[in-house]
Amino acid sequence: MTTTTSVATPKVQIRQVGKVFSGAPAGTPAALQDINLSIKDNEFVTLVGASGCGKSTLLRILAGLEHHSSGEVLCSGRAITAPGADRAMVFQHYSLYPWLTVMENIKFSRLLKVGRENLSSSDVEAASGRADALLNLIGLSKVANAYPSQLSGGMQQRVAIARALMGRPQVLLMDEPFGALDAQTREVMHDLILHIHRIEKTTIVFVTHDVDEAIYLGQRVVLMAPRPGRVERILEVPLPARRSQDMKVGAPFRELRAEILASIRESSGMATDFDLLEKLSLQSEAF
Amino acid sequence: MSTTAPLTAEPSAGPIAPRPEVTPTPPSPSIWAIAGRLSRAQYWAFASLGLLLPLVAWAIVSASGWVDPVFLPGPMTVLERMHLWLMEDDLITDTGISIYRVVAGFALSAALALPLGLLIGAFRPVEALLEPLTDFIRYMPAVAFIPLVMLWFGIEESAKIAIIFIGTFFQMVLMVAENVRLVPTAQIEAAQTMGATRGEIIRLVLLQSAKPAMLDTLRITMGWAWTYLVVAELVASNSGLGYSILKAQRFLKTDTIFAGIILIGVIGLLMDQAFRWLHRRAFPYMHFKR
Repeated sequence: MTTTTSVATPKVQIRQVGKVFSGAPAGTPAALQDINLSIKDNEFVTLVGASGCGKSTLLRILAGLEHHSSGEVLCSGRAITAPGADRAMVFQHYSLYPWLTVMENIKFSRLLKVGRENLSSSDVEAASGRADALLNLIGLSKVANAYPSQLSGGMQQRVAIARALMGRPQVLLMDEPFGALDAQTREVMHDLILHIHRIEKTTIVFVTHDVDEAIYLGQRVVLMAPRPGRVERILEVPLPARRSQDMKVGAPFRELRAEILASIRESSGMATDFDLLEKLSLQSEAF
Repeated sequence: MSTTAPLTAEPSAGPIAPRPEVTPTPPSPSIWAIAGRLSRAQYWAFASLGLLLPLVAWAIVSASGWVDPVFLPGPMTVLERMHLWLMEDDLITDTGISIYRVVAGFALSAALALPLGLLIGAFRPVEALLEPLTDFIRYMPAVAFIPLVMLWFGIEESAKIAIIFIGTFFQMVLMVAENVRLVPTAQIEAAQTMGATRGEIIRLVLLQSAKPAMLDTLRITMGWAWTYLVVAELVASNSGLGYSILKAQRFLKTDTIFAGIILIGVIGLLMDQAFRWLHRRAFPYMHFKR
């Protein structure tokens, strides 16, 4: 029986998953091939790899926004076939609703429920309490009635995170959520999402191309490689559960970082050919 | 505030460097810079200039006597004609009937184009079913339908409304569909991962997100509705501003032609401004200055 849920059952199970995009020309390597990964309850897993390694595709399959071609994907023991409220996603940008205030955005999933069922006033009250708590958690109580266009990029992403958490999803999926933010804001967001992970006890799957981000946030880093998209290695991060920015200069962090970067450089096939550059500049000098 | 001398590479004359009496004003950016900025006052100055210049040129040309006033009446003559039309003739009735026709044809168009465009924008099969067809009909000149419309509807009000409908509906459907297609995918997918159903996504995301663009589509097509109104009134009518223009041509009353054209322009401008005002009122979140 695979449906019996016990403590040992992982939150997310990915078994032998493959993905070939329909319409891809013959001979194109698979977008994903033979992916195996299981994610424990309350774990924070980061997916990192060179572009084209399929990390975003894998995340979108978990969300149900993309269909896998082979294998099986389970969330809490149930097969994933379509998007659902148990797997909320935070996107890189343009996902907030500009016509709704910060508070209304956060309560969006509530709005869906209210439209469907007759909720008692205590339900509504509980929802308001939850929204207020989330607003406090992301530190934006003062701008509850502002519109997204009045907020900075970092503040907008905080709202997107709170909105995704509102419906208490089993898994929070994050697709390069801080990719468009400046370095300083990104550091603040890193500590915020780690704090949220502790408080909310959510399982988080986080896609990024930033190796530092992957190590700093993840309890495990899933290192992926392209052509075909595959899991290269899964690395335990040798850092204490409570992270702090000064760990980034410590030896364990730097060693892991060097190891991952070397692996990505190798798999991406994009290393700079200095001999060729030298030859080209000599040629151009000759003119 | 400290009064110590600023650190400079050059040796200063005394222990305290003399401060310059007048700080030079930083150069203000030229209003002629590419994609530069205009203050509100500057904007209105240029706008009034743009409106006044043709008027002045018109006054000069007509006053100079270079052109026979039968062909080019002066601004004052046209204004007088407008006044006479208002006092002694039925300017109000003519304007009223024209506005009624535009609004009726336009409203009918919008009532069908908005839901249909929404469906085309939301569902690929509906797009495949209807978009090529709409594109095909769109290229048929609406004016060419007039003989057919007159056969079918006679010269009743319904004939004018039908021509305005044919002229605006097919364009409007395609533009509304495009408005819906331009809704960011992340907005739709975020709703999906929050458990929204298809109906909820259409109602709570696609429609809400595309609404401001749809209102702009309506504003633009309203202008076309006026064009087709005049076409309809020129050939199949015995009332309205377009008909008055045609009648004036028969009697060589160029001042009436000018008055009619200018009136249509002014009404169009007012309706356009009304749409813009509505946009600011209905979608305040799109008009914040950052």
